[in-house]
Amino acid sequence: MYVSSTRADAPLARPGSGRGVVVTGNVIALGMVSLVTDISSEMVTAVMPVYLVTGLGLTMLQFGFLDGLYSGVTVFLRLIGGHLADRFAARKPVAVVGYGMSAAAKLGLPLVGASVPGIGAVLAADRAGKGLRTAPRDALISLSSTPEAQGRAFGVHRALDTVGAFTGPLVAFTILAAVGTAYDAVFVVSFCVGLVAVAMLVLFVRDHRDPPEHRPGWRDGARLLRDRPYRRLCVVAAVLGLVTVSDAFVYLLLQHRLEIRPHWFPLLPLGTAGVYLVLALPLGRLADRVGRRRVFLAGHGALLAAYLFLGGPLGGVPLLLTVLALHGVFYAATDGVLSAAVGARLPAAGRAGGMAVVQTGQAVGRFASSMVFGALWTAWGPETAIRVLAVALAVALFGSTLALAGRRVRATRPTEVPDVR
Amino acid sequence: MSVDIDSDADAPVKPVVTRRRVLVFALVLVLLAGIAIGYTVYAVRREDDRLYGGDGTAPGGPPLSLVGAPRLLFRSTESGPGYGRLATVAAADPGGPRTVGERSCDRVYAAGGTAVCLATEGGLTRTPVALVLDANLRQVRRVELAGTPNRARVSASGRMASWTVFVYGDSYASMTFSTRTSILDTHTGELTANLEDFTTTRDGKELKSPDRNFWGVTFTADDNTFYATLSTNTTGRTYLVRGDLSARTMTVLRENVECPSLSPDGTRLVFKKKVSQSTRNPWRLHVLDLATMRETPLAETHSVDDQAIWIDDRTVGYALPTGSGAAGDVWSVPADGGGAPARLVVGGFSPAPLR
Repeated sequence: MYVSSTRADAPLARPGSGRGVVVTGNVIALGMVSLVTDISSEMVTAVMPVYLVTGLGLTMLQFGFLDGLYSGVTVFLRLIGGHLADRFAARKPVAVVGYGMSAAAKLGLPLVGASVPGIGAVLAADRAGKGLRTAPRDALISLSSTPEAQGRAFGVHRALDTVGAFTGPLVAFTILAAVGTAYDAVFVVSFCVGLVAVAMLVLFVRDHRDPPEHRPGWRDGARLLRDRPYRRLCVVAAVLGLVTVSDAFVYLLLQHRLEIRPHWFPLLPLGTAGVYLVLALPLGRLADRVGRRRVFLAGHGALLAAYLFLGGPLGGVPLLLTVLALHGVFYAATDGVLSAAVGARLPAAGRAGGMAVVQTGQAVGRFASSMVFGALWTAWGPETAIRVLAVALAVALFGSTLALAGRRVRATRPTEVPDVR
Repeated sequence: MSVDIDSDADAPVKPVVTRRRVLVFALVLVLLAGIAIGYTVYAVRREDDRLYGGDGTAPGGPPLSLVGAPRLLFRSTESGPGYGRLATVAAADPGGPRTVGERSCDRVYAAGGTAVCLATEGGLTRTPVALVLDANLRQVRRVELAGTPNRARVSASGRMASWTVFVYGDSYASMTFSTRTSILDTHTGELTANLEDFTTTRDGKELKSPDRNFWGVTFTADDNTFYATLSTNTTGRTYLVRGDLSARTMTVLRENVECPSLSPDGTRLVFKKKVSQSTRNPWRLHVLDLATMRETPLAETHSVDDQAIWIDDRTVGYALPTGSGAAGDVWSVPADGGGAPARLVVGGFSPAPLR
């Protein structure tokens, strides 16, 4: 690992200094904030089913309706969060508000009791916080590392983030075993854990300083889109998002093909997360070396392979392991890598907004894809649906490769930076 | 501050880990840990007191059995040492003294000498399980469940058992609730893990939507035909289906029927019907005559979120969170739409008639 120690104000190694240590303490601090926040939210996720059944019974099936609304709120707030962060050069404050909102929402759950609108509002606040903070946080990660180390920085962050996804349920089960039916204790503990993350953010993460005359408005955001490589990345991310089925469908397909026993089903996402955790940093490093767009496209190649396996003849444990591994590779090669690719393209003052636009495009694409895939599944059955999507992904991938492989784009890759190994 | 300000906009941001900040963080950590631990201790004591601190009937007396004089079996929710355990009262005097057994269940149903008990096994992982019990409540089969127990039913002969659990899926982008309903043939041991695998038709056309949910099975006397609820997340509407276990098929019969429960004579279903979009008071118990398909609203005006039972051919029973016990009471109401609800058991949940 080339992750640096976090000794106080050490500027850490600079490119060309001989050592490849270019991930700053700020990135690690942001990774820890995500890790701790993940623990906080996973705790709530673990108790929600029992809590809602006890308190609400079948009424909770009505939450299905609010789902689309939440997604809309998140998308919208992501853009706002990114814009505010740029406009006031306030990435950290906006992120603090976002993390703070999600933490406060945990405390809201015991306060609203068994009221469906109340719980809906609390969950919406939680999502809103997540929407607000994502782009400023990614901008901070990006600004905290040198342009040639973007992939590594996001790799470190996503790896730490995923550690939280693993630790959270374990912590939750331990607490649940201790508290029995006192669910409010879980919410209060989750709130406290969430505040620890906010404290880490406030105390150990430093915002980037912009020249004071820089106050980008919406128009500057639009100007960003005039940069052709950035614009192409936006379009490619959205188009590929449009042919990416949601995780839930991947696991449903696996279950459909393999008749997985129900109590193993919740473990499927951990398979993806495990591969993601292990590969996030290596693939981030690889992206820095061979090109982020290339790795991003290759990641979608892994997704295409996963689709082909899901729609193909292979079955049993080999299918399960292959698909989960490919799905994990897909995430490791695309999630942080896209932010890294975008980060390297954007001016410091417009980075949060620029990140938000790309991520929003991708999220909207994926949301639409879920709708379309659900309809395909209903009409033609799961196997045909995934094969259709595999064809669509192959076409989109081909087009994206052409769009990103132009000479102009290639020139912007930091190939001139010597291999840091 | 030992960190010097970096004026170059494109240079990396430097960390700010100073001794003073670490100290402040340590203080925040200690404070928050104190709040978390303190509140947890308080909440655990409070719950202990609420559930087990009362003077409700303690477990003991003659061991519970499913055979013998007509009684009502239920989960005792009186505050006291018997909280959460199975208990019975005499059918003729449900308000009289209860016998509380040793076994704890979150949900229970029994018929024909077989009981199904949905419980959460303790320990670190808290595994939800369905336990099939014999007439002396000894465990004969254990099935691990994928979610939170919600409904349980046994056919009149005691052969077929069914249960529904809630499964909760969460990903970064969406939160979904779904149900999973299983049927167990206790004679052959064959487990139908998920009704979603059955072929379901509506107006002669096969339903293929991947988000179908089923819950609340009730069996007919042939131990093969059953009724249940179908719903899809996308529309939120509910449908009554009639299923054929050996053929693995289901047919949609009617809209807006949830948690059907077949009368002992097999002629009527009591079910909960959605009568309001409000989340406070969404359902009302109705009885559906299967010959005429006529619906009759029952006299209970509270919203009932339960799969009702038939105490006899004229009376249905159900649990309501009316707040007398730590979790509610068992009520009854005439099945013909007349009369008025009556409280049968104070501090009880998940009733099942033992005939």
